[in-house]
Amino acid sequence: MKTIKVDYLARVEGEGAVRIRFRGEQVRDVEVRIFEPPRFFEAFLRGRSYTEVPDITARICGICPVAYQMSSCAAMEDALGIDAGPTIGALRRLFYCGEWIESHALHVFLLHAPDFLGYPDAIAMAREHREIVTAGLAIKKAGNAIVRAIGGREVHPINPRVGGFHSLPPRAALRELLPGLEHARQAALEALEWMGHLNYPDYETDYEFVAVDAGAEYPFIGNRIISSRGLDIAVRDYDRHFQEHQVPYSNALHSRLAQRGAYLCGPLARFNLHFDKLSAEVRAAAARAGLAPPCLNPFKSIMVRAVEVAFALQEAIGLIERYEAEGAPFVPASVVAAVGHGVSEAPRGLLYHRYRIDDAGLIRDAKIVPPTSQNLASMEEDLRRLAPHMIAMTHPEATRLAEQSVRNYDPCISCATHFLKLTLERE
Amino acid sequence: MARTRRVRLAVWKFASCDGCQLSLLDCEDQLLTLAQEVQIAKFLEATSAEVKGPYDLSLVEGSITTAADAERIREVRRQSRALVTIGACATAGGIQALRNFGNVPEFISAVYATPAYISTLSTSTAIADHVPVDFELRGCPIDKGQLLEVLAAFINGRKPAIAAHSVCVECKRRGTVCVMVAKKAPCLGPITHAGCGAICPAYGRGCYGCYGPADTVNALSLVNAWSAAGGSRAQMHRVLRSFNANAGEFRAAAEALHEDD
Repeated sequence: MKTIKVDYLARVEGEGAVRIRFRGEQVRDVEVRIFEPPRFFEAFLRGRSYTEVPDITARICGICPVAYQMSSCAAMEDALGIDAGPTIGALRRLFYCGEWIESHALHVFLLHAPDFLGYPDAIAMAREHREIVTAGLAIKKAGNAIVRAIGGREVHPINPRVGGFHSLPPRAALRELLPGLEHARQAALEALEWMGHLNYPDYETDYEFVAVDAGAEYPFIGNRIISSRGLDIAVRDYDRHFQEHQVPYSNALHSRLAQRGAYLCGPLARFNLHFDKLSAEVRAAAARAGLAPPCLNPFKSIMVRAVEVAFALQEAIGLIERYEAEGAPFVPASVVAAVGHGVSEAPRGLLYHRYRIDDAGLIRDAKIVPPTSQNLASMEEDLRRLAPHMIAMTHPEATRLAEQSVRNYDPCISCATHFLKLTLERE
Repeated sequence: MARTRRVRLAVWKFASCDGCQLSLLDCEDQLLTLAQEVQIAKFLEATSAEVKGPYDLSLVEGSITTAADAERIREVRRQSRALVTIGACATAGGIQALRNFGNVPEFISAVYATPAYISTLSTSTAIADHVPVDFELRGCPIDKGQLLEVLAAFINGRKPAIAAHSVCVECKRRGTVCVMVAKKAPCLGPITHAGCGAICPAYGRGCYGCYGPADTVNALSLVNAWSAAGGSRAQMHRVLRSFNANAGEFRAAAEALHEDD
């Protein structure tokens, strides 16, 4: 039996491995194993106050804490009947733009681009492609500057709270970010054009794409979930349509759509479902790079992330130009026993939270479904379809392709245990 | 001039959120310079290249929650001339140390349908509970300015200039009016280790202790001040039982509060 193994997946957030086993020319099984130790957030949230969810759930992931803060606040506000209003809504959107920019820039320039150019990391890549790495770092810095200005710090921001923010950032503190954001926007558009010339493996799959629907806007936070095959549900109906199940080889749960199976969330899903909501300028830049919906090649997700970075930078600039620090920073809550559901688009895709609280505001039950768990089934299906091509490859080539394929998802393993090491076995 | 060998740096991860090692990649302005000054020999989150040990300096993120990790940290220590823990998980067990006060089999069944597939210890413990540590950098997350100071200190063979006083001193330095006095906001600042720059009070909220206990604090004397600010004992108990729940002074204070109730 031949086995291809990646024992420790590098350039992903967290710890995981891949094993592909062959019997002759046939692929026997594919396992994406997550051995990141479990941390039991849903268990110890029980008995905590509803006010603590943005601070506690942020700690699930240091790469996308804003996503956890936004989904948890959305769920609690749903439970408590709070409408935070347009000013807080716009500031949350700006805050979220900051996280998409820094998280996507980290993945695109420091973690994924080296795969396409054959380097082990961005530092080695910088010796021959210094401009693209420094451009990536400048973009990342611009995103982090937004998160820091609104949230107080880049990792685990302290300012968000249920109902809004502890304080509204002064207008001047946001306006001073504008030159850096404009510079980053130009850099992102140039980087996108550069990515149009990279070599992409010829591979397409007809996924069911799933994303949040936020009406006329490209989605960050919303209250409906839609798919490319006609799913259109309210967030409160999530559990009736999505099922999590456990697999023996992994500390991460896998999600499937009831009666339909694997699906895909994240940048590719958002791009394909909401392309018309991007600005004309960003759509034109995507077209110049050779990208049009539907994009069914997961390896091109690197370009889609760059599209989303350009979009988020443009959106952030507009939101800052319109921002006035007026009104109350948060809407106070009256505690009632209730159940609340919240969903938002983390950089890696849909992030669902559900809480049941009692009449003292203490959490009785919590459920959190991160995007990487939702994409694990599709990640394994991609590897299963790519595996027959690996038979003819040398082991290092097969390993590189498997790792690159997994990195298409920008998997966040720390989140999913709440991921890689490749094993290819040939019988 | 004789060239000296570059310092060989390794970054290790145990149970954690990745946020503290991300702080190194968040040093956007210094990253490429740093990569010239030190040899990044092992850093799984950033590179698939790996230089074998021994390493001059190991940065360790995360806490020990599995039997395999308890073994792995010993091997990391054997391969490292200096070992520095980064963040609340590595330094105090992190938020996942809440299992130390709960029922782990119950926790597993709350999250996983088939608990038998999950192998974990009943505790989450600091790195220093397992191996000798040369320096502990506090915070959930660490401050990247402090991380650069620790790196510069170890590269140059000097002691890191990291203050051990409380967050209160940082508020005074920043010119933030005391939120506990002026806004009646319950604040853990008087007993919390400095390093964050007193961000929470500057944003109008009380400190929630994410840098863990400062040196020589009297945590229980804060209870009265909390009550005066309108904070309940239950609320203070919860704040102490968060990101540094297993750190000595926070743990003892939470236990004392619990016994009084």
